[in-house]
Amino acid sequence: MAIKADVLKMDLGSEGFLAALMPRVLGGLRYVATRVLPPVMFLALIIGVWEIACSGPDATLPPPSVVIEDTWVLISDPFFDKGNLDKGLFWHLASSLKRVAIGFALAASIGIALGVLIGQSTLAFRGLDPIFQVLRTVPPLAWLPLSLAAFRNADPSAIFVIAITAIWPIILNTAVGIRNIPQDYRNVAQVLRLNGFEYFFKVMLPATVPFMFTGLKIGIGLSWLAIVAAEMLIGGVGIGFFIWDAWNSSLISEIILALIYVGLVGFMLDRLIAFIGNRIGGYAQQ
Amino acid sequence: MSAYLSFENVGMIFKGANGPFIALRDIELKIERGEFVALIGHSGCGKSTLLNIVAGLLRATTGGVLLQGKEVSEPGPDRAVVFQNHSLLPWLSVYDNVRLAVDKVHGRTKTSAERDEWTRHNLALVGMDHALEKRPQEISGGMKQRVGIARALAMEPKVLLLDEPFGALDALTRATLQDTVMELQAKLKNTVIMITHDVDEAVLLSDRVVMMTNGPAATIGEVMEVKLPRPRNRLQLASDPEYNRCRQQILEFLYARHRAPAAHAA
Ligand SMILES: Nc1ncnc2c1ncn2[C@@H]1O[C@H](COP(=O)(O)OP(=O)(O)O)[C@@H](O)[C@H]1O
Ligand SMILES: [Mg+2]
Repeated sequence: MAIKADVLKMDLGSEGFLAALMPRVLGGLRYVATRVLPPVMFLALIIGVWEIACSGPDATLPPPSVVIEDTWVLISDPFFDKGNLDKGLFWHLASSLKRVAIGFALAASIGIALGVLIGQSTLAFRGLDPIFQVLRTVPPLAWLPLSLAAFRNADPSAIFVIAITAIWPIILNTAVGIRNIPQDYRNVAQVLRLNGFEYFFKVMLPATVPFMFTGLKIGIGLSWLAIVAAEMLIGGVGIGFFIWDAWNSSLISEIILALIYVGLVGFMLDRLIAFIGNRIGGYAQQ
Repeated sequence: MSAYLSFENVGMIFKGANGPFIALRDIELKIERGEFVALIGHSGCGKSTLLNIVAGLLRATTGGVLLQGKEVSEPGPDRAVVFQNHSLLPWLSVYDNVRLAVDKVHGRTKTSAERDEWTRHNLALVGMDHALEKRPQEISGGMKQRVGIARALAMEPKVLLLDEPFGALDALTRATLQDTVMELQAKLKNTVIMITHDVDEAVLLSDRVVMMTNGPAATIGEVMEVKLPRPRNRLQLASDPEYNRCRQQILEFLYARHRAPAAHAA
């Protein structure tokens, strides 16, 4: 730290620079102490407990040290590709993500359109809302046999399951957003005589964006939940089937490693949508 | 010769869940061009309803409003409204909020450069040209109302409608905004209807004060002329006998003859 500060001081040639830097350094330290340290500490604690709990001779699950040892090949080279299903974890995650991307994109576009429809039209709301309320309680995997029967193909079936899982929160939140547009905005639009097109793009869409992204965020989480389960059943390249395959070969360490990756990727997807949402609809934060 | 703006036997009945609700009845009023009229009455008596009928946001159940002899049937920029709150679009900057209105109303008659100039001009009129790029949530309540007024003025309305524009502001902010409104009125000579529940504000700003009876079935109880010369100065008015007579007359109307209904007084 001292060295770095020295270098900066020379660069700027300013005497008071170190003094000016102090609050920033302190702020940075405080951030580390309050935000970074606690999770690191608890993670260490959890790993420690796990290590101790699974070190005995009767342990059914491997301790972390053994997990790392067993899966070192997978950790060190996520990109290998020996053909067929024998690929690095990157490839499995990538093909799961590809299915999610297509399914989620479908869900987002159709979901927003339907949400706008039932948000705008009382008739559509009365007619469709009860149906959606029933359909959205159907568990994702319950759709899988039906979609396999319809598409007779693994990939489109998985994508359909993603889409049908993610679509409900998108529809419902978009509709709520549209119904919640303050009467004042509608009045302003009327006084200005905005036409339907202008109203849609200049008032309705921006006013609804925060709600839409709430739906999209829930939707992406559900998609990721569903894809892992769906892939276990349909097979092929994908993180879900990787886990299932590991279980069939009794490679418990590989399952654990895959779970960690699934969690991290799910977390990143969530953050990605939240980030885009804040970028586009950030005005609602204040 | 008919009046610039006239209310002809306006009545309003809302169809509620518990049967029809008579909000307004028998409203008769004529307003001249360039006149500033304050509309005062207890909360819930139907002031906003009446203003929204002029704006065209609501349709009167009986009678109607004529502007320059033509019946008002739908909202339009010739009857610009400044709402009490929440009316700036939070995803647009101060400039863009006004520009949206300018583009919409003057899109055919002004070039892009002229519209930019007109947007800035109107924001300067209300003293907001220093915050063009700010978002509504980054400025104070008083500033938001200034921008709302700039947006309304930029439409060059035939009638400017203000629905308790300063109702949510603290006393000091309210006073400076009242001064701004007076200056603008001296300069632009708009025809204005302003709802208020502040007696001083009504007397200070207006040429006539229209007092409404309590609902249901509210109507105009009394119309009072304010014969105070302009420009008016709030400090000098405090000791002016005519000013105090006007205040007294409104206070008597509101608190002696038409007390607030118990539900609201609580
Ligand atoms: N859309 C509506 N439906 C039913 N009743 C309404 C509606 N709008 C207003 N009212 C009623 O009409 C009366 C007058 O309301 P309003 O004009 O908002 O009063 P003010 O602005 O004077 O406070 C109130 O009793 C209110 O409940
Ligand atoms: Mg009101």
